[in-house]
Amino acid sequence: MCGISGIFNLYNKAPISSEQVRVMAFSLNHRGPDEAGAYIDDFIGLSQSRLSIIDLTGGSQPIHNEDKSLWIIFNGEIFNYPELRSDLIKLGHKFYTNTDTEVILHLYEEKKEKALDDLNGQFAFAIWDNKNQELFLARDRVGILPLYFKLNREKFYFASELKAIFAVQEFNPAFDPISFDQIFTFWTNLPGDTPFKDYKEVPPAHFLRINFNGKFELKPYWHLKFSDEKNLSNSNIDNITREAKELLTDAVRIRLRADVPVGTYLSGGLDSSGLTAIVKKNFNNELRTFGISFEEESFDESRFQKLMVEHLQTNHSEVFAKNTDIGKYFSDIVYFGERPIFRTAPAPLYLLSKKVREENFKVVLTGEGADEIFGGYNIFKEAKIRKFWSANPESKYRSKLLKKLYPYIFKDKRLFSTLEAFFRLGIDEPESPIFSHIVRWSNNSKMKNFFSENFKEQIRDYNAIDELTLKLPEDFDYWSTLSKAQYLEIITFMSGYLLSSQGDRMAMGNSVELRVPYLDHRIIEFMARVPSVWKIFGLNEKYILKKVFNEYLPKEILYRAKNPYRAPIRNSFIANNNFPIEDILNEVNISDAGVFNSSKVKMLLQKAKKSESLSELDNMALAGIISTQILHEQFVKNSKLKLPSNYQFKTFYDFRNK
Amino acid sequence: MSQQNYSEFIRTFIVDNFLFGDDSQLNNETPLFEKGIIDSTGVLELVSFIEENYKITILDDELVQDNFSSINAIEKFLQNKLNHHS
Repeated sequence: MCGISGIFNLYNKAPISSEQVRVMAFSLNHRGPDEAGAYIDDFIGLSQSRLSIIDLTGGSQPIHNEDKSLWIIFNGEIFNYPELRSDLIKLGHKFYTNTDTEVILHLYEEKKEKALDDLNGQFAFAIWDNKNQELFLARDRVGILPLYFKLNREKFYFASELKAIFAVQEFNPAFDPISFDQIFTFWTNLPGDTPFKDYKEVPPAHFLRINFNGKFELKPYWHLKFSDEKNLSNSNIDNITREAKELLTDAVRIRLRADVPVGTYLSGGLDSSGLTAIVKKNFNNELRTFGISFEEESFDESRFQKLMVEHLQTNHSEVFAKNTDIGKYFSDIVYFGERPIFRTAPAPLYLLSKKVREENFKVVLTGEGADEIFGGYNIFKEAKIRKFWSANPESKYRSKLLKKLYPYIFKDKRLFSTLEAFFRLGIDEPESPIFSHIVRWSNNSKMKNFFSENFKEQIRDYNAIDELTLKLPEDFDYWSTLSKAQYLEIITFMSGYLLSSQGDRMAMGNSVELRVPYLDHRIIEFMARVPSVWKIFGLNEKYILKKVFNEYLPKEILYRAKNPYRAPIRNSFIANNNFPIEDILNEVNISDAGVFNSSKVKMLLQKAKKSESLSELDNMALAGIISTQILHEQFVKNSKLKLPSNYQFKTFYDFRNK
Repeated sequence: MSQQNYSEFIRTFIVDNFLFGDDSQLNNETPLFEKGIIDSTGVLELVSFIEENYKITILDDELVQDNFSSINAIEKFLQNKLNHHS
């Protein structure tokens, strides 16, 4: 995997300075420390920071076509590239490398944007057509890899991470209050937005085209689409299971393609255990696995990891996540993530990728996406239970099914009516498109009480949920309750948070590439046609996946209760010598950033110091406020970085008229 | 779901969700409450499953043990309910 970036001069020919291109490449050095390459002509400057995984010696980028009219820089992997390559050779294309990168380029030459339909992978790339002075960018279907841009009056900038664009701007970026309304509702932006004013993201499954005359297009090439109730697959459960298993095995098989060894993350949960078992039993008997254990027992899953390691006999390494370390690295993870975050759970994953890198691994398979695609989250079951309740909201019994889902919080009988009221929100509108998520999003939104008056005024009557609702697919109303919930979860939390703040960014911070077999688009499309009843059978989550793994996994793993992956928040920040909380949350810094009300923040901090068991909402607010303040310090106040004089491109194509 | 396989479908549900795959002790007359297979939350789980799959709504008054005491009892209850419904 890698980092890509570029600057395109619109309307006026003006060669780009190589200094600017170098600065952009260097700011993404963590994404690709092995080598860097660039292309500059009178219109554009492109650069790529490379993590070499396929064709280690011959794959330097940028890569060009036969007549050097098309140039590509690429971040990611096309897993079906060998098959595509032989088809292209039959059509007469000549290759000078053995890379997947070159395959994309020739496929684009052949089919333009239709090439995207053929790609199975995780990708963000840019192709420069120097005959037509046209730039083409594209991003994978669910946003596994990042791609940002900024369009000025005279220039178009793009990069894998925002920091590369910040590094070549005259002015520092500013926070966008509208965007913060989204983030403090969904934990992330709506597709296309970023926390910073005028900085945009190429949404998942989109391509972007811009030419020298400023003609600009941003279009989807694929749609996340669930079948309406009439068009669902009518296969029986055994056939569905068999097909899911074949697809998953193939998704894993092609994701093991690399010229370096590939390991797996093993948490002890169903998804990573099943994935690891597929690799070990079918493809790689010498498998290396990596996992996290926690200092705080309530977060620790290492018992299940050990069980799986013994069961599969893998060569396993573990990092021990101490609370003090979570605090210590929090600033780094905000730097790499470039967004406010509401949990500390990315930190242990950052420590884990560090470990992977120390063990000389560059590539790991992970279980992300299984919960979204196969129906694993509590919020899905919560939607089913609330739907059941909504058939008779005044029933004496129905709401009591919530106990099944949250036995711990319902343990205290006196609290039942309070909790019942909490989950009752929206119960009279079971047909509302956001029925499944209204409780969560309304609860998250309470954090907006911490916004400063000035910030609130700028948000005015903007409502992030309304914006989301307006953009839903046309036939959304005909989908099942579960399909709707899956869609909402995928476009918000999964693409914007899980794959980004907790996925790509945490791995790339240590130059490690994640590959996510559950998000192979063939699996997504297949599962979108499977009737909801089989995805969550009653309240039995990931029913199909459990059947797929029946022969691979011990009963303890198959039938264990699912624990969400989490890390301590309050205890990582408070009384931690490695974390300067007083400094980060002091009044001057709070007013300087202007996002929050400083006296409210002060009260929250006092409460956190006093109470070891902070409420869920207070913990969330604490992490959100701290990460926002760090983000402000790192990018809004100081976004310049120093370019070392010895930073050079290994590959450099200079076509400027001198 | 066709009418013939109510009991088969419900049986699968009970075996998977309350017996974790072990159906050796279960027949269509097994008393679900007395054997501790289903408790008060379990009944709601079962009712929720039935409503989802048969597109019916069960009244609070119908949530009595008699209607759910065994697989046969459930089938009888469902048949009455669905005939009445259509």
